[in-house]
Amino acid sequence: MTEVLIVAEHADSHISKPALELLTLARRLGDPVAVIFGDTDETVAKALGEYGATRVLTVTDPAINEYLVAPKAEALAQIAESVQPVAILITSTPEGKEIAGRLAIKRGSGLITDATDIVADGTTTQSVFAGNWTVAASVTHGAPIVTIKPNAVTPAPAPTEPTTEQIQVTISEAAKGARIVNSEPKKSSGRPELTEAAVVVSGGRGTGGDFTAIEELADVLGGAVGASRAAVDAGWYPYAYQIGQTGKTVSPQLYIAAGISGAIQHRAGMQTSKAIVAVNKDDEAPIFALADLGIVADLHKVLPVVIDEIKKRRG
Amino acid sequence: MKIVVLAKHVPDATGERTFAADGTVDRGSSDGLLSELDEYAVEQALQIADEHEGVEVVVMTLGPEDAADAIKRALQMGASAGVHIMDDAIHGSDALATSAILAAAIKKAAPDLVICGMASTDGTMGVVPAMIAERLGWPAATLGATLSLGDGEVTIRRDDDVASFTIEASLPAIVSVTDQSGEARYPSMKGILAAKKKPVETWTLGDLGITEAAVGLDAAWSKVLQTSPRPPKEPGRVVPEEGGASALVDFLAAGKYI
Repeated sequence: MTEVLIVAEHADSHISKPALELLTLARRLGDPVAVIFGDTDETVAKALGEYGATRVLTVTDPAINEYLVAPKAEALAQIAESVQPVAILITSTPEGKEIAGRLAIKRGSGLITDATDIVADGTTTQSVFAGNWTVAASVTHGAPIVTIKPNAVTPAPAPTEPTTEQIQVTISEAAKGARIVNSEPKKSSGRPELTEAAVVVSGGRGTGGDFTAIEELADVLGGAVGASRAAVDAGWYPYAYQIGQTGKTVSPQLYIAAGISGAIQHRAGMQTSKAIVAVNKDDEAPIFALADLGIVADLHKVLPVVIDEIKKRRG
Repeated sequence: MKIVVLAKHVPDATGERTFAADGTVDRGSSDGLLSELDEYAVEQALQIADEHEGVEVVVMTLGPEDAADAIKRALQMGASAGVHIMDDAIHGSDALATSAILAAAIKKAAPDLVICGMASTDGTMGVVPAMIAERLGWPAATLGATLSLGDGEVTIRRDDDVASFTIEASLPAIVSVTDQSGEARYPSMKGILAAKKKPVETWTLGDLGITEAAVGLDAAWSKVLQTSPRPPKEPGRVVPEEGGASALVDFLAAGKYI
């Protein structure tokens, strides 16, 4: 039996879209076996089964939530030892990448991060140097450990009836070094997840700190709100919404950059968007070189008119 | 106490970055510099040194001869000494070998605390701090938006999409800090002059007890098969403010967003 291990992220038993993407890609390589960390309910196995998971393994050891990253890597290594998967796929989040790096050492396997695709023979695609280059690579030693960027593929259902199993793991003292002593949940914006949204509307320096028009346009389009590093550094919008090299990478169907000049740091996070619209007062802003549609104007003059017109057309 | 800061010398991200024929990052085609994200790590180390008595900040880099520039910059900012790990056999090493070399060098330097940036600006994997911790069996408090040193321990604040976490780790530990941790200082004229007299040691693989066969391109556990530049984008339509709003509405309607 050829099995592929994937780590399925969830929030309160709601399976993340990137987890469904992992299942979709994993099916190219073998039978997906999904690992779930933390308590969930029976809807989780069903949701994972919809996308082809043949087995769902749940780890509920309390160390998972009490210490940073290392216990998850240790649990996965123990699971991988018994499953002997042909590959391990993990979503490219900061935590996912750290788990993957630790696992590569434990398993003696090669590691590829931030892949945007993986095919049946294990060849991966990555977008590097701020999206200016595409790299094809493969792991040459051990069962590949690959982290996959969100939005790499459209999740495709392939219903199965997965078996479910609680897995007991042994977490070592060495993995309990970084103690999580407090956690403060963030308030949800009520908008789609930035890395999963089909439409992203981002604001930069040109907002002058007023994101009202950005948020309203995002809302009428059912999109997520992003911000440039300049806007985040100025304290105008939270870091969690920063798009760029040191923030999120997004690849939506439509990306609207308003008041963003398009420095390399920002382009690294949005260059692979399918369609790009730029609104900027400076006609020499580098963002215009990427834009399918560029509007040389003050976003505060243009966006409110656009929002009104959209509302009007929808009646 | 002794702090080691890991600093990488990278091609300038604002320049033309390309690949060499062997699929590794071409370090000759554009000017190199201390990775911007590692400046934040140097800054955090220097702030700890400013606030506590008897803190030595050693900046450590792994790379070819040019990488000495990264050490120089950190010394100018205020680090006290440098270690340059340099060996021809290292070229093309993957993250696994890189973390093994750095783990051995950290063992040799024997610091109380290692501070790293959140990722390099060229490879951007962001995995090396966790991998070093894995090899050393040390606690890893990674991606700190803040960092503070207490009595025999460090505390960071780590933010993700759903929550903000407070993480504590006993020393010796490895931490990484993000670009939210605080603007890095510029070298002063005094710092630039002082840097010239600061000691920099060069360590080879032999000094670290690592064999040449264990590192480098041939020993890498992953392989670049092909690199290709992204095709240039067809220039789009640019409209002035007048008619701008209706152009955008039409664009959205054509894409069925309205």
